[in-house]
Amino acid sequence: MTKRQITMKHFLSSAALALGLLVGTMPAHAEGEGGLLKSGSDVRDQASLQRGARLFFNYCVGCHSLKYVRYSRIAEDLGLSEQEVMQNLDFTGARFDDPIVSHMPPESAGKWFGKAPPDLSLEVSAKGADWVYTYLNTFYLDPKSPIGWNNTTLPNAAMPFPLWELQGMQTAVMKPGTDEVEKLELTKPGKLTPAQYQQATRDLTSFLEYASEPAALQRHHYGIWVLLFLAFFTLLAAMLKKEYWKDVH
Amino acid sequence: MANVFTKIGDWVTERAPNMMPMYRKHMTEYYAPKNFNLWYYFGSLAIVVLINQIVTGIFLTMNYNPSAAGAFDSVQYIMRDVEWGWLIRYMHSTGASLFFVVVFLHMFRGIMYGSYKKPRELVWLLGMLIFLVLMAEAFMGYVLPWGNMSFWGAKVIVSLFGTIPVIGSTLVEWIMGDFLPADATLNRFFALHVIALPLVLLLLVVLHIAALHEVGSNNPDGVEIKKGPKGNRWDALKPADGIPFHPYYTVKDLVGVGFFLLIAAFIIFFAPTFGGWFLEHDNSIMANNLVTPAEIKPVWYFTPFYAIVRMIPSLFGTAVWGVLAMFGAIAVLFLFPWFDRGQVKSIRYRGTGYKVALGVFVIAFLGLGAVGAGITAEVIPEWFGNVDLTTWENAFGRLMTLLYFGFFAFLWAYTHFGWEKTKPVPDRVTMHD
Repeated sequence: MTKRQITMKHFLSSAALALGLLVGTMPAHAEGEGGLLKSGSDVRDQASLQRGARLFFNYCVGCHSLKYVRYSRIAEDLGLSEQEVMQNLDFTGARFDDPIVSHMPPESAGKWFGKAPPDLSLEVSAKGADWVYTYLNTFYLDPKSPIGWNNTTLPNAAMPFPLWELQGMQTAVMKPGTDEVEKLELTKPGKLTPAQYQQATRDLTSFLEYASEPAALQRHHYGIWVLLFLAFFTLLAAMLKKEYWKDVH
Repeated sequence: MANVFTKIGDWVTERAPNMMPMYRKHMTEYYAPKNFNLWYYFGSLAIVVLINQIVTGIFLTMNYNPSAAGAFDSVQYIMRDVEWGWLIRYMHSTGASLFFVVVFLHMFRGIMYGSYKKPRELVWLLGMLIFLVLMAEAFMGYVLPWGNMSFWGAKVIVSLFGTIPVIGSTLVEWIMGDFLPADATLNRFFALHVIALPLVLLLLVVLHIAALHEVGSNNPDGVEIKKGPKGNRWDALKPADGIPFHPYYTVKDLVGVGFFLLIAAFIIFFAPTFGGWFLEHDNSIMANNLVTPAEIKPVWYFTPFYAIVRMIPSLFGTAVWGVLAMFGAIAVLFLFPWFDRGQVKSIRYRGTGYKVALGVFVIAFLGLGAVGAGITAEVIPEWFGNVDLTTWENAFGRLMTLLYFGFFAFLWAYTHFGWEKTKPVPDRVTMHD
């Protein structure tokens, strides 16, 4: 092994080490912190995104907007035709190029629920996919709440549970002698089995993750080619350097 | 074709006779020591990132709207509707963090090999000015997306000036142009971020390189090649251990640039938020003066300095001491050449005391970063169970602050009183390739 090869190896290993150290110190926020469930969401799974979109437009868009996302963009990214999107997803009479805006007037919604339903365009960016997935799985019946529902992930959430007909109804088992929820029990089954419901919320989370950053699809698509090009470029540069430097002693 | 170029060259030379000599002075006849190692890539990498920030920044301004009402939406517009806007923004945001990675390593190189010592004090001072302007530039850039962390980060950092007695609160209002970070703040930060500070930065970079080329580059052995034997293959009067910057170091730096771009591209395409370190989760929520993020902290590259502010307690009814200590932490860096009285430049030939102290200094800097980034707040309860977090964190953070400043006190005493036992420095550079 020549001296120069050692340098190259050193460089590679120290670069890898530096990156590893940085990644290693990342906060747990991104995944699985504070008892959150793993969402298992995947924006590259187009079928999952399509199912998630269907759920969103059937159950969520009545109250929640995706004001940064356009119907036309969904068609393009999810492999759907204009006709499919306009017939199956657009229930508000919006045009194909319009952003997805709920018809619920925010002021009235504020009065009805105590808090206007937030726009969900950036929900996954702000809170993480695991949080959204866990939230959708932790609603329970709570007679003390004004809307009849509560949520262990976001206690006293102002949101009623629109997916109850799919999941069924959960009730809370309290820790003896406290107000703390120990676990949730499915007391009245819904249309879906627990496994099917988890898959459905996983799809919905994937769709919202996509809505947070549609560019993720392009990133993954182009990224590998950019890396391959740069690896080739670096190799050429290294060979050029070796050639120039062979007379430096 | 070659004939055309020659003619153009002659035409220019006739009208500007000093153009080619200047190019030669800084490129083909700038003789750099031949023993540069890995640490010498970061200067050229800093230039690469600077150019990236300027070019991507220009394209961002074409679609960005510097107003409290429109800024957040315009960033999403760039991310979603502008062709390749996401790539331009991620190149800019990743570039900002990598700028600091590269600059920290570049500065550490200078410290390790004593590159700040005579005759290069001016190079060091200009470099420190670049660092200072870069911090201001990064801070203002961070406010522009107008996310909730932008807003609260700006509020906290600007409020630091409020601790100054008598004029503090007036000064804070003057900086922000309002009682809170608002439209006026965003507008002036935008102006400073895209025009004023980049111009200053570019000027300082030119001066930094000009000052370096006056005295010549240091090297891992800390040997002055200009004082060594004369005569190399290109020039009988130039240092024997020097090689022309172009093509030798341009082609070598190209390899470094390739590696660096590989790492940068990996982040841009596969982890642009870098787990919330480069782009924070709370910045996906629009600025809201009624909703405070769970934890307000600056971006990672400010955390060591921010930790010092947090660790210094109020005294005599004012909290100005923490702010003074923070600026002091940067001021002592400026004064490196005068704290260190040692004659030997490179760590390779310095005393054990220096090596240990420098290690402690690095640990103190990283430790302070951990405090500022909230890592200690997470780790202490995990490792030590149910202890009083504030007490433990303060104890750790204050110890790190003490070590940070203690390093400079030690360095001065160690070199001033001649306690350092150095090794003999070779006459000429050694090739540690």
